[in-house]
Amino acid sequence: MAVSERVTMPNGGRLTILDRVGLRLDPGEAVAILGSSGSGKSTLLGLLAGLDQASEGEIRLFGHDLGALDEDARARLRAGRVSFVFQSFQLLPGMTALENTMLPLELAHDRSARSGAERALAHVGLSARLHHYPSQLSGGEQQRVALARAFAARPGLLFADEPTGSLDRETGVRITELLFTLREETGTALLLVTHDEQLAARCDRRLLMEAGRLGAQP
Amino acid sequence: MNDPGLLFRLIRRDWRNGEMRLLVLAMVLAVSAVTAVGFFTNRVERALELQAAEVLAADLTIDSSRPLPELLMHEAERRGLRTARSLSFPSVIPHRERLQMVEVKAVSDTYPLRGELRIRPAHGAPEQPAAHPPRPGALWVSPELIGGLGLHIGETLSLGRSRLKVSAVLSRDTGQGGNLFRLGPRVLISLDDIPDTGLVTPASRVRHQLLIAGPRDAIEAYRGWAGHNLPTGARLQSMHNARPELRNALDRGRRFLALAAVTTVLVAGAAVALASRRFMERQSDTSAILRCLGATQTFMRRLLLTRLGVITLVTGSLGTLAGYLAQTALARLVGEWFTSELPAPDLHPLALGLGAGLITLTGFTLPPLLRLARVPPLRVLRRDLGAPPPAFWVVGGAALAALALLILWAADDLTLAATVGGGALLALTLLLATARLLVWLLAPLRGRGGAAWRYGLAGLARNPSLTAVQLTSFGLGLLALLLLAVVRIDLVAAWQRTIPEQAPNRFLINIQPDEVEAVSRFLREARLSGAGPYPMVRARLTHINGRAVLPEQYPEGRPRRLLTREFNLSWARDPQPGNRVLQGAWWGDEAATVPLFSVEQGLAEALGIALGDHLTFDQAGIEVSARVSNLRTVKWDNFQPNFFVVATPALLQSRPGSYITSFYLPPGREALATELVRRFPSVTVIDVSSIMNHVREIMDRGALAVEYVFLFTLTAGLLVLYSGIQASRESRRQEAAILRTLGLTRRTLALAVGTEFLFLGMLAGLLASLCATLTGWLVSTRVLELDYQLNPWIWLAGPAAGGIGIGLFGLLATYPLLLRPPLRVLRAE
Repeated sequence: MAVSERVTMPNGGRLTILDRVGLRLDPGEAVAILGSSGSGKSTLLGLLAGLDQASEGEIRLFGHDLGALDEDARARLRAGRVSFVFQSFQLLPGMTALENTMLPLELAHDRSARSGAERALAHVGLSARLHHYPSQLSGGEQQRVALARAFAARPGLLFADEPTGSLDRETGVRITELLFTLREETGTALLLVTHDEQLAARCDRRLLMEAGRLGAQP
Repeated sequence: MNDPGLLFRLIRRDWRNGEMRLLVLAMVLAVSAVTAVGFFTNRVERALELQAAEVLAADLTIDSSRPLPELLMHEAERRGLRTARSLSFPSVIPHRERLQMVEVKAVSDTYPLRGELRIRPAHGAPEQPAAHPPRPGALWVSPELIGGLGLHIGETLSLGRSRLKVSAVLSRDTGQGGNLFRLGPRVLISLDDIPDTGLVTPASRVRHQLLIAGPRDAIEAYRGWAGHNLPTGARLQSMHNARPELRNALDRGRRFLALAAVTTVLVAGAAVALASRRFMERQSDTSAILRCLGATQTFMRRLLLTRLGVITLVTGSLGTLAGYLAQTALARLVGEWFTSELPAPDLHPLALGLGAGLITLTGFTLPPLLRLARVPPLRVLRRDLGAPPPAFWVVGGAALAALALLILWAADDLTLAATVGGGALLALTLLLATARLLVWLLAPLRGRGGAAWRYGLAGLARNPSLTAVQLTSFGLGLLALLLLAVVRIDLVAAWQRTIPEQAPNRFLINIQPDEVEAVSRFLREARLSGAGPYPMVRARLTHINGRAVLPEQYPEGRPRRLLTREFNLSWARDPQPGNRVLQGAWWGDEAATVPLFSVEQGLAEALGIALGDHLTFDQAGIEVSARVSNLRTVKWDNFQPNFFVVATPALLQSRPGSYITSFYLPPGREALATELVRRFPSVTVIDVSSIMNHVREIMDRGALAVEYVFLFTLTAGLLVLYSGIQASRESRRQEAAILRTLGLTRRTLALAVGTEFLFLGMLAGLLASLCATLTGWLVSTRVLELDYQLNPWIWLAGPAAGGIGIGLFGLLATYPLLLRPPLRVLRAE
C-alpha cells in the first residue's frame, strides 16, 4: 500500500496528514506503528481498514483495491475478515457481553454465532459475565469482551488502536498477553497503533510515524 | 446481509435496553391521545347531536303542508328506522264565552322519538316525564292556556266536533323544531282523535310531519334516498338545518373539541420529534460500530426501516388500545352528564389513531433516521464525525407535511386547521429565533464571571442547537399547558357568556301596532327587561335585480327552503345589538327617506345576494323593492329577535305588520305570562327557555368534554418538557464530571444547573404566554367567532410556571448526574 491523505483546511489551504506512506502486511504478521499523538497513526489505521478513503494512492486489502470499492463493498469485505480493538472499547452499551461478541459472527451469517461467542468469551475468562452489560463491567473486562468480539470470527486481520490506552498498567499487561495469545492461536495478522514501546516490542515489525511519514523504527 | 432474524434480534436488543423507550412512550402517547380524543369527540359529538335532536323530537323530520305519501314512512321502516307522525294546525277553543286561538298538535303514539314530554298531572304539581303521549280522548295543554283561560285539569273542552278531556299540563314539549312562531298556545292530542274533530280537511292549513330516528348511518342513507323522493313542497329537517341557536352551539362545541384534538396532535407530535432526536443521537455510535464490523448501508437502512415499522406497529396497537380504554373511562366520567348514555363510538377514530402514528413517525423521524445509515464507520476513531445532515427542506418539508396532514385530519375544518397550524408555525419560528438571539446575546459573556455562571447561564451559548431544542421544547410544552388555561377559562367562558344569565326566555309575537305602547308599559311595570319591540312584516322574496327568483334555480337544501317560505322583515333606524356590518355601511339620516335593505351575510351567501343588488319582496300582494346597502352578521344565539332582512323605515314603516319583543321571565313569575295573555288576547307568548336550556346543556357538556380532552394535551406537554430536559442529559453528565474533577463543588454545579433551567423556563414561559394569547385571540375571533378578552394572568402564569417548574424539574432530573463519581462517568465514556 502507498497512500497520501490531504485535507482542505477552513482557510482553503491543504494540510498533509499522511505523506506517501508505504506499507505491506503479510498474513499472520504483527506490525506496530508507533508515534506521538497527532502523528497520523489513527488516520492511517482508518484508511487501511477501509473506514475512510485516501485522497491519493492505493490500498489493497485481501487483494482488493479499496479505492475501487464503494463504502458498502468495503463493509462487505470487512465482515467476518477484519476486526478491531479500540482504546475506548467501542462496545454497544445496549447489548450484553455475549451479544456484543456475537455481532461480527451474525453479520458474517455464522449460524453458530452464539456458541462461537460463548467460546470466545470463555477464552478470555468471562464465562460468568455473558449477560452483563458494558456498564456492569470494569475497563479490563470491557476490553476483554472487545478482544473476544475481535477474535470470535477468526478474522484475517485485526486493527488495534491503543488497546491498552485506557487501562491501568497491570490490566494493560494482562490484555496485551491475551491479545498476543489469541493472535497466535488464530494466526490473525495484526496492525497495532500505539505509543506504548513495550506493547510494540511484542510485534514482528515496528514502524515509526512522524509528521505523516512512516519509517522503520531505529 | 439479508437476514431478517438478525434484524429482529438487533431490534429486540434495542428494545430491551431502553434505547427506544422514550420514543415508544412518546409514540404511544401520541397515538393514544389521538385515538382517545377521536373516539371521545366522536361519541360526545353524537351525544350532543342526540341532545340537540330532542328539539326536533327526532333525528330527521319531513314537513309538508300536504299529506305525506305513505312511501316515505314505509321506506324508513323498511330500513329499520323508528317513525312517528304529527299534524299541527291552528284552531280555536271556545271556553266560557271566550274564543282562544291555539296551535293543535296531534301525535302518533310513538312520539317523541328523541327527548321526552314532561307534564304536570295537575296545575302546580311537580313536573314529571310522560310515559306516553296523550291517549285518545285526552288533551294536554300548555301552562299559559291553563292560566289564560282559567282551565282545570279534568275539564272537557271542545275541539272541532270532539269533546276532549284536559288531563295534564304540558310543561315541556320536545319537537319545537325549526319554527318557534305559532299562532297560539299549544295543545297536544292523539292523532287518533283527528278524524272525529273534523278539523282536518283537504282545504285546512295543516303541517304534516313525519319523524324519523335511528342509527346515524341509516339516517344518512335515508336522507339521501328521501332527497330524491320528496314530494313538492316537502322539506327535510335535521339538526344541520335546525334552529340557528342550536346549530351554532353544536358547531362551536364541535370546534372546541376539534381544537383540543388538534392541540393534542401538535404537542404529541412535538414529543415524538424530540424523542426521536434523542434516539438518533444515541444510535449514531451503534451505527458506526455496526458499519465498522461490516454492516452495509443497505443493511443499516433495512434495519432502520424495520425498526420504524416495528415501532409503528407496536405503538400503533398499544396506543390504540390505550386510547380506547382511556376514552371508555372518560365516557364514564362524562356520560352521567348526558341525559342518555353516550352512543357507542364508530371505528373511524381507530384509523385516525393508527394513521396519526404512522404519519407522525414518518414525518418527524424518517428523514433523520435514514441518515443514520450513512454514519461513517470512521466515527469509531473520530467521535466528531456524524452522519451528513439531511437537507433542511427534506426534514422541514416532511415534518410540515406530516403536521399539515395531522392537523387537517384532526380538525376536519380548514379554517381551524389553518389557524392552529399557522399559530404553531409562528410559535416554532418565534421560539427558534429567540433561542438564536439568546445564544448571540450570551456569547460575549462566556469568558466572564465565576465558574458557576460560565457553566450555567453563559453556558447556554456553548451549544446553540441544544439551547434551541430545549427552549423550543420548553416553550411548546408550556404553550400546551397555557392553552389549556386559555381554552378552559377564557374561551369556554366567552362561549357561555353568549347566553347571559338573564337572556330573554320569552318571545311576544303578534303585538298589534296599537298594543305596542300598552304591552311595553305592562313589561316596564312588571320590571321585565326586554329587547325591542321590533316591527315585523312578513313577505316573500320574488326578484333579485329584476330577475324572478324561483326555488328550483337554487341547489337543494337551505337556499330552496329559504325561498319557499315567507321572511320576517323588520325596519329600523339603528342596527340591533349583536349585529355587525361586514360590507357597506349602515344607514344614517337617509333612513327616513331612502328605501334600503340590510341583509344577513349567511342568507346573502345562500341566495347569491351581493351588496348593491336590488331585492323585491311581495308583501301581502304589494311589491316592496330596494337596494342592498349593507351585509351584516347576526348573533343568532343571543336569544333576541333577529332578522335576516332589515329595511329603512322609509321602505316598510307604512306597511301593515305586527311587533315582536322578547324578555326575561324569572322563575317563579310565570303568572305574569298568564296575565299578559289575559290582558292582550291576540298576543302570543312563546317560551324559548327549553331551547335555551338545550343550548346551555350543550355548552356545559361540551365544555366538560373539552376539559377532559385537554388532559391528553397536558400529558403530551409534560412529555415534551421531560424530553427537553433529557435532551441535554448526556452532555451535562460529561461536563459535570470534568468540572467536578477540576474542583467545582456539587453545590455550585447544582446552582448553575438550576439557574440555567430557571432562566430557560422563564423565557420559554414568557414566549409561551405570548403564543397562547395570540392563539387564543386567533381561535376565538377567527374560528369560534367569540369576543376574546385578554387574560393578564397568563402573562404571570407562563413565566412563573416555566421558571419554577422547569427550574425544579430540570434540577431534580440532573442532580443524580452530579452525584455520580466523576471517575466512573469519565471511564464509562
